[in-house]
Amino acid sequence: MSKQTAPAPARPRPMDIVQAGMKRRYAEERRFRFYGKLAIGAGLLFLTLLFTSIVANGYSAFVQSFIQLEVYLDAEKLDPQGTRDPAQLGTADYGGLVKQSLRSAFPEVSDRRDKRALYGLVSSGADFQLRSMVLEDPDIIGTRQTLWVPADDDVDMFLKGHIDRSIPEADRRIKDNQISWLDQLAAEGRIEKRFNTTFFTAGDSRDPELAGIRGAVMGSLLTLMVTLVLSFPIGVAAAVYLEEFAPRNRWTDLIEVNINNLAAVPSIVFGLLGLAVFINFFGIPRSAPLVGGLVLTLMTLPTIIIASRAALKSVPPSIREAALGVGASPMQTIMYHVLPLAMPGMLTGTIIGMAQALGESAPLLMIGMVAFIVDVPSSVFDPATVLPVQIFLWADSPERAFVERTSAAIMVLLAFLVVMNALAVVLRKRFERRW
Amino acid sequence: MQNTQTGVKTPPRTTAGPTELDAASDVKDAVTVAHTATVSRDVRETVGEIRVADPRIRCDNVSVYYGEKRAINDISLDIEKNAVIALIGPSGCGKSTFLRCLNRMNDTIDGCRVTGDIVLDEININSPKIDVVPLRAQVGMVFQKPNPFPKSIWENIAFGPRIHGLAQDKEELDEIVVSSLKRAGLWSEVNDRLDQPGTGLSGGQQQRLCIARTIAVGPEVILMDEPCSALDPIATARIEDLIDELREQYTICIVTHSMQQAARVSQRTAYFHLGDLIEVGDTDQIFTNPRHELTEDYITGRFG
Repeated sequence: MSKQTAPAPARPRPMDIVQAGMKRRYAEERRFRFYGKLAIGAGLLFLTLLFTSIVANGYSAFVQSFIQLEVYLDAEKLDPQGTRDPAQLGTADYGGLVKQSLRSAFPEVSDRRDKRALYGLVSSGADFQLRSMVLEDPDIIGTRQTLWVPADDDVDMFLKGHIDRSIPEADRRIKDNQISWLDQLAAEGRIEKRFNTTFFTAGDSRDPELAGIRGAVMGSLLTLMVTLVLSFPIGVAAAVYLEEFAPRNRWTDLIEVNINNLAAVPSIVFGLLGLAVFINFFGIPRSAPLVGGLVLTLMTLPTIIIASRAALKSVPPSIREAALGVGASPMQTIMYHVLPLAMPGMLTGTIIGMAQALGESAPLLMIGMVAFIVDVPSSVFDPATVLPVQIFLWADSPERAFVERTSAAIMVLLAFLVVMNALAVVLRKRFERRW
Repeated sequence: MQNTQTGVKTPPRTTAGPTELDAASDVKDAVTVAHTATVSRDVRETVGEIRVADPRIRCDNVSVYYGEKRAINDISLDIEKNAVIALIGPSGCGKSTFLRCLNRMNDTIDGCRVTGDIVLDEININSPKIDVVPLRAQVGMVFQKPNPFPKSIWENIAFGPRIHGLAQDKEELDEIVVSSLKRAGLWSEVNDRLDQPGTGLSGGQQQRLCIARTIAVGPEVILMDEPCSALDPIATARIEDLIDELREQYTICIVTHSMQQAARVSQRTAYFHLGDLIEVGDTDQIFTNPRHELTEDYITGRFG
């Protein structure tokens, strides 16, 4: 009681306390903002580093060195009987013709080992190029043809400056005599760098200059097609049932928890599941886009279901009431009103799920899509590989020329991903409705 | 609140006390009205005549439960044919819940259970065997917030007739759209932009669009759940005029928070309180001469 009656000590005005603290508060705020900027800056820095390193490594893969050869298509060697029989023409010794042409270009080379080095200047693909030329038009037999053939990968690397001439010959993939021949060819204008169409039109190869991503791109497309065709309808149907029809009880709660958990399961586990169920139990051919698509469907489904349910939840209940109020059945309500409004969100989720699936490699390793496959797959049953796995395979290869091809393949994959994500953003911006 | 009765059409002063109108318009004198009520606040039974000679819907002992909680208790009430009945009462009294029983909209709420008989055309529509789709075509509903479909005006109205197969071809559908818009008093405002989205209309126009959408299906009863609560006074007046016109063809049941509105548009009024139907009667009688003290408290603005 006495305390209450005693004169109160002169307390500072609240405003003074507030003012005194302002400086500290603003300093805190500035620091907080600075941390945010720092985080974004660091992110951007690493992203730039990543892109520059990939592009710097990979851009040169889009050009390829070609060497001009003058080949005499000796009728004696190709078609001694003069039958022009394609079967016989197909098995003729074109390699010999290419070697002959190189020998005649450099007549001074006589030593056996030097000759082998000389033959090594052009790609082994030159033989096939010559063969297909002849098969296409057998009338050129007996004439002298000028053609550009791809250079060998080491030569290509040398011409692109990736192999330094100043290092000792013993440590160099390209020997001194090869360098002098190349210099001579270059002086004669018989070396050119051209756009590397092979990279986009060929399947995989052991020879980097003949290797392309077409097989992997087709494999990815077929796999994604299977994934899309399966995961979109299943995902949307599951989401619609769970969101619109299912009663709320222990079972649906359990299902919901499990779907959310599946979204976090490591993807390689899905690969093991695919191996055990689809390949070993159902006997679907291994390495096929079909089984890859099935596995990626399992992986993508939770993403699509969760995104679709969120999209359905965001449709205001007033729309459902309005439709039900004029006597629409639940299915009419969903088909005419709820689904169209939820579709942009569902599609966005699906595209993001597809982009995930496109970049996935781990589960596909388990089901044999990591095999070395030269042929471009033409159906979902053909053995195939996919872009990320192709990148993994090339990154593992020892040839210097595969380094740039790895980076180039990464650029292609990133381009696909950027396009897909941009599509998702556009869809969202364009069709998203607000109430 | 002292103006609760300013909108009342001049009531017949036969049985009522001498100066209700004047008294109710003044808070101080509101107490004098209290003397007209004779039924104590403790009485929960319905006061007034719940039955009418010519009912469109007859409700018997309707109760609604949300899970374990009982939202309305044993309500019996007749909805008169070609008349407007207003359901009034404080928030949470169960008037909207009761309204939604009449076309089974409560089915859409998880854990909601309705008991009792609701008889329409001698059929108990509360029976689980009843198909709610044709029922909702027969008993249409207009909601509190205007909720046009995010589609064109034409589509908004054509949807109902189309799903029910009311039109043979596009021409007939066009006819239904035009006549519904005309009856809802919206035609002159939107006839040149039927292909524009319905969500682009003003709030009052949207609500009339929703009414047009409801009558396009050709219902016999229209339920309105606070149709004007989101509208300004001018739009409200238009809707009220519309309700008055529609009364000739339809049976209308309207929930409203505005007692002026109830007084203006309805012929009968039912007052709900905490899940009980407290008093039913002619609108004029309820607003001028309430018999239950709770009703009187509410309309004189003592609470609610």
